[in-house]
Amino acid sequence: MRRLAALGSLLLALGLLASLPAWIGNSYYVNIASQVLLYAVFALGLNVIVGYAGLVSLGHAGLFGIAAYSGAILITAGYGHFVAIAGALVVTLGVAALFAVLALRGTGLGFVMITVALGQIVWGVAYRWISLTNGDNGVSITSRPAPFGLSLVDANPFYWATLVVFLVAVAAIAIFVASPFGASLRGTRDQPRRMNALGYNVWLIRFLAFLFSGLWSGVAGLLFLYYNQFVSPQTVALTASAEVLLMVISGGTATLLGPIAGALLVVIMKNVASGYIERWNFVLGAIFVAIVIFMPEGLVPGSLRLWRWATRRRRQHPAGPAAMAPVPHGSINGGAQ
Amino acid sequence: MAPRVGRRTFAKRVGAAALAAALPMPAIAEDKPIKIGLLTVKTGPLAQGGIQMEQGTNLFLKHRGHKLAGRKAELVVGDTGGNPAGTKTKAQELIERDHVDFIVGPLAAFELLAISDYVAQHKCPILSLAAAEDMTQRKPNPYFVRASGTSAQAMHPLADYAAKELKYKSVITVTEDFAFGYEQMGGFQRVFEDAGGKLAKKLWPPIVTPDYTPYLAQLSGVDAVVSGFAGSNPLKFMKQYKDQGLTLPIIAGSVAMDDALLKSFGDEAVGTISCSGYTADLDTPSNKKFVEGMVADYGNIPGIYAAGLYMSGMVAEAALEKTGGKTDDKEAFIAAMRGVSLTDTPRGPFHFDHLGNVIGNAFIRRCERKDGKLVNTTIKTYKDVGQFWTFDEKWFLAQPVYSRDYPPLKG
Repeated sequence: MRRLAALGSLLLALGLLASLPAWIGNSYYVNIASQVLLYAVFALGLNVIVGYAGLVSLGHAGLFGIAAYSGAILITAGYGHFVAIAGALVVTLGVAALFAVLALRGTGLGFVMITVALGQIVWGVAYRWISLTNGDNGVSITSRPAPFGLSLVDANPFYWATLVVFLVAVAAIAIFVASPFGASLRGTRDQPRRMNALGYNVWLIRFLAFLFSGLWSGVAGLLFLYYNQFVSPQTVALTASAEVLLMVISGGTATLLGPIAGALLVVIMKNVASGYIERWNFVLGAIFVAIVIFMPEGLVPGSLRLWRWATRRRRQHPAGPAAMAPVPHGSINGGAQ
Repeated sequence: MAPRVGRRTFAKRVGAAALAAALPMPAIAEDKPIKIGLLTVKTGPLAQGGIQMEQGTNLFLKHRGHKLAGRKAELVVGDTGGNPAGTKTKAQELIERDHVDFIVGPLAAFELLAISDYVAQHKCPILSLAAAEDMTQRKPNPYFVRASGTSAQAMHPLADYAAKELKYKSVITVTEDFAFGYEQMGGFQRVFEDAGGKLAKKLWPPIVTPDYTPYLAQLSGVDAVVSGFAGSNPLKFMKQYKDQGLTLPIIAGSVAMDDALLKSFGDEAVGTISCSGYTADLDTPSNKKFVEGMVADYGNIPGIYAAGLYMSGMVAEAALEKTGGKTDDKEAFIAAMRGVSLTDTPRGPFHFDHLGNVIGNAFIRRCERKDGKLVNTTIKTYKDVGQFWTFDEKWFLAQPVYSRDYPPLKG
């Protein structure tokens, strides 16, 4: 019965997403939806390393930007979209491997600082290597790809293409997390020494997870490139890395829906709410503070906790003891030591 | 959604009245307001200039009673946040959701470059003061009009003045490490070297620098320092320059001595020579009205950000008068804009070249203290300065765009 309900709500969500251009009313909102989906792919990719591996990266905009820049440069050089996409993903994976080798020398704060430095190097290259990247004037591309002869120039086809990529990303990451490899990755997060003693190669597991995370960041970077048809150093700046990390943390790390909710929150606040509230930065900050205070584990797990608490209390009323009050669970460093 | 319904019912009512009175039908179309989209930066480090842009636009509409060519004018403002992706989204909002008739703004070159192709696809005329040279040079956009000027447009005459009247032989340039800085100093270098001058060094501090000491230490052995700073950096730079006891004369680009900054400068600014396409002390009726309006409404004399938007409004108004208030035919509308030639504006007479860039006067000013207040006093006017200065357009466009390494420093 519960499985049926879950299947039903999944189908309903899919139907709503697929028919979005029909009910949302205006191509502007369709474009916003495309942005939510592409940032959701980025946040889902980052969540692999932040949520499931417990390694906080502040350099993922570098990988996102490498993919966008590689794609843009290949297209400008006259290559087709297929070559550009494949080339960009190969370059991104290569750079991700390099990042991982350097950054995985540390964990915790050390890992954060190395990823910051690596991200800044990418930014420096984008900004300074003017003959390659055109400096802060950026690279623009004039066309979007047309897979199977379907043009993606208009808002609706582009949205559907982004939706397909998004669904593939969600499915791939869900399978990845549920797999034995995903379990061992969570093991390296919670008990790295015990995992090591059990014979797991902790470094290799983290390395592969970083590559997987980098791959989806790269895919999101390509979606960004095709969406904006423009890429400039701001795309790879530290603030961009921080923004996507905020999406993951505010939505809920180590959950599948959390990064999606975080992307939805940030994109809507930045683009839609900013049209109505002049101090939208302040409102976004206030929302983050509220999340930290009331749902430190993130929007999705936090809402679930409150929901469970509310329904259980209703069922047990009036005997509901104080012990039923919501207690946040740590997520990144969860598990007894 | 509410305004749309309101407009429709309003149109119906007018239509009924028109039928009853047997008036000609086209009268209805003119009751639809003209929608102006303003892309500006209201949050982040660029917000100071962005807010002045909004002030200039608001003052223009106020002076016109919110009516252009007999049609009501509505303003829709989008805050780009100062980044390219945000600018794209806001441009989509203005064009696809709000259906604006034309866009004014954005502020920064990278914002404009991010939406250039997009606005051209949607044939939306755009009047910006972003100074990126190639927007009207090597990658022109047919829907683009710029009433303020390119990055180097005021630097060419400044270099001419420095070499010929100030008799400087060698200078060091210092400006932020980004495209606007490269383009400014590239332009200065080409004209200064042609006149026999020499650039000893070009220094590029990062955009966000708390301390200019390492750069100030290198400023010696030349006749003058050329400053091209933007935003609020000129204030920081000039203050530290004086604190370090440096005495070399400073000559400055348009935004480095922007009139709107004068109230924040101290004595360190006195004597600085600058060149700009707009000067608050210009004695034309429209500039008087503009400056008085800005002082009354916002308490500050305006600089090129506010003036650029005010003049963009005048260009759009003149074009609308030519098309009889019609904006449906975008080609005709943009052709009318580029054909505009105005005589009384805050920067004096100007018109446009075939690429949509302004040809107008450039003013050499000296900063002085008058009645206790700092003012930029015009000491020389270069008439009808275009983006190509005195160079041949074909030759100019065959050269690479000014950049960090071009033109290269000589030996």
